[in-house]
Amino acid sequence: MVRKKVLMKGNEAIGEAAIRAGCQAFFGYPITPQSELPEYLARRMPEVDMIFLQAESELAAISMVYGAAGAGARVMTSSSSPGISLKQEGISMLAGADLPAVIVNIMRGGPGIGGIQPSQADYFQATRGGGHGDYRHLVLAPASIQELADLTWEAFALADQYRNPVLILGDGMLGQMMEPVLLPEEPPPLVDKPWATTGAKDREHNEIYTLHMGMEDLEKHNQRLAKKWEQIAREQVRYDKFMLDDAEIVIVAFGIASRVARRAIRMAREVGIKAGLLRPISLWPFPTAAIAEVAKQARAFLVVEMNLGQMIEDVRLATGGLVPVELFSKITIVPNPKEILQSLCSLARRTGCKIDEAAIKEESA
Amino acid sequence: MKTVFSRPQALTNKPLHYCPGCGHGIIHRLVAEVIDELGIREKTIGTCPVGCAVVANEYFNVDMQQAAHGRSPAVATGIKRVLPDRVVFTYQGDGDLASIGMTEVVHAAARGELITTIFVNNAIYGMTGGQMAPTSLLGQFTTTTPYGRKKELQGSPIRVAEMLATLEGAVYIARMSVHNATHVMRTKRAIKRAFETQLEGKGYSLVEILSTCPTNWGLSPVEATKWLADNMIPYYPLGEIKVAAAVEGIN
Ligand SMILES: Cc1ncc(C[n+]2csc(CCOP(=O)(O)OP(=O)(O)O)c2C)c(N)n1
Repeated sequence: MVRKKVLMKGNEAIGEAAIRAGCQAFFGYPITPQSELPEYLARRMPEVDMIFLQAESELAAISMVYGAAGAGARVMTSSSSPGISLKQEGISMLAGADLPAVIVNIMRGGPGIGGIQPSQADYFQATRGGGHGDYRHLVLAPASIQELADLTWEAFALADQYRNPVLILGDGMLGQMMEPVLLPEEPPPLVDKPWATTGAKDREHNEIYTLHMGMEDLEKHNQRLAKKWEQIAREQVRYDKFMLDDAEIVIVAFGIASRVARRAIRMAREVGIKAGLLRPISLWPFPTAAIAEVAKQARAFLVVEMNLGQMIEDVRLATGGLVPVELFSKITIVPNPKEILQSLCSLARRTGCKIDEAAIKEESA
Repeated sequence: MKTVFSRPQALTNKPLHYCPGCGHGIIHRLVAEVIDELGIREKTIGTCPVGCAVVANEYFNVDMQQAAHGRSPAVATGIKRVLPDRVVFTYQGDGDLASIGMTEVVHAAARGELITTIFVNNAIYGMTGGQMAPTSLLGQFTTTTPYGRKKELQGSPIRVAEMLATLEGAVYIARMSVHNATHVMRTKRAIKRAFETQLEGKGYSLVEILSTCPTNWGLSPVEATKWLADNMIPYYPLGEIKVAAAVEGIN
């Protein structure tokens, strides 16, 4: 049978990919711009004999995820920024208890209630561990509907592999737009979960807990978790390159902002600017080494993000002061490629990069 | 020789850390005896609260999950929904259930989740050192009501059992006490009925249990049982508060 692409909205593609990844239960609470995802699953989960439950709040939803994950199920929740703030309690619990779960944040602008416009303002919250305590989890940032589906599928596999929560970080634009997508067919292989609380039959009783009262205990527990996160950091760095080989100016952008950045790079090439893109797909672990490598040849970096400048801190850490790193920032407006081009031109002039001024004149004439 | 008393299988042999005269130990034992008698130890999953019973995972010899403060009914919902043929209970204090976790318990009850809640009402926050609970009595001295709880300032104590009994999904709601042997036996019968309600798939069940906290009440264990009888029972009437028609046959 030939697999066919279907035209889907981002939020719905996440839902269908989750079902195909063997998601057994979804617990969520409505919030724009991700409500199509719970709505889709409310329709589809009963068809495949799986569980959909609208929780009374995000606090409850993530706690249901915790319970179901602890009971051994493949489980997911989704929300948008304000709701993700509420889920932090549960995310910290999941991380502390080594529980696999998939959490989706289709970001909107903040702070506070903010608005329903797309944004990337939760980068710090996502990558620094927005909840209390010292913990890490994978943060995957798709840039197309295809990638939303692929990374949703992978998120379930990775959660099980590392016994750790995985966050998918999209934005309202990705959630709402439609693109053709090839959906996964087979779920990732099931893994044994001998630790799950399924009833103490023919074994000792299992305990899922995050309390470690002894000083030594808690120290050891944290050190053990740290080893797991170091392993994830070694094994799961993901990024994509676009016209990077000869690039003098490197744009770093993720998610929807990277789509516009690609367009701006094509325009820049037409006026002789050697621009390229490094697109982090995993925001944690961050592609630090790859950026450091690129910084050896590049003359300047432009970080394009839809916030006041958050990922730029990671880019600056990675480049270690070798080259100037500037920010192109819009907060809740998807950037315009022409404006990015202007920033590229200005940066090229100031850093002595190649630029075809005649071509620019011709273009603006 | 005939064994007349032994540790229930559903308890581990770990020594309990509870203070002398605390009701948690008695209530743990009652829950464990009921689990044994119903033969459900191997298919029971419990949740621990945040509160003095936070390490109940070490005491109950059944699969256990520690929930965040107040979230037990949501955690239990997650467990029960993916493992519908298991028996799931939450064990919660009055701060855990009636303050920070009120939303979760109301909605689990409203949905008629097939879980059982053991709700330990000792009218105070035990673990954190004796602060006011939503169930602290008017006039009661706690570390955060050093002049006594006043209706004008802190409102009146919440009668959780009666409140939850108004919800359709809650089909068995009882309030019991463990201040003396007679009431301990009655409490056990109520716990059993609550678990049976779940086993028969009837709906949400909860047993509120009035319990003692001599340490934070500043009383001796004996004085504490008297304080409970004299002060708590008049405000928190004992008995089966709600036995829905569907549950009546169960005993
Ligand atoms: C989110 C959060 N808030 C507050 C606390 C501190 N805390 C621990 S136990 C507790 C109250 C426990 O009282 P109760 O539920 O009545 O149980 P008891 O200890 O009396 O059995 C509080 C406020 C916490 N651990 N987590």
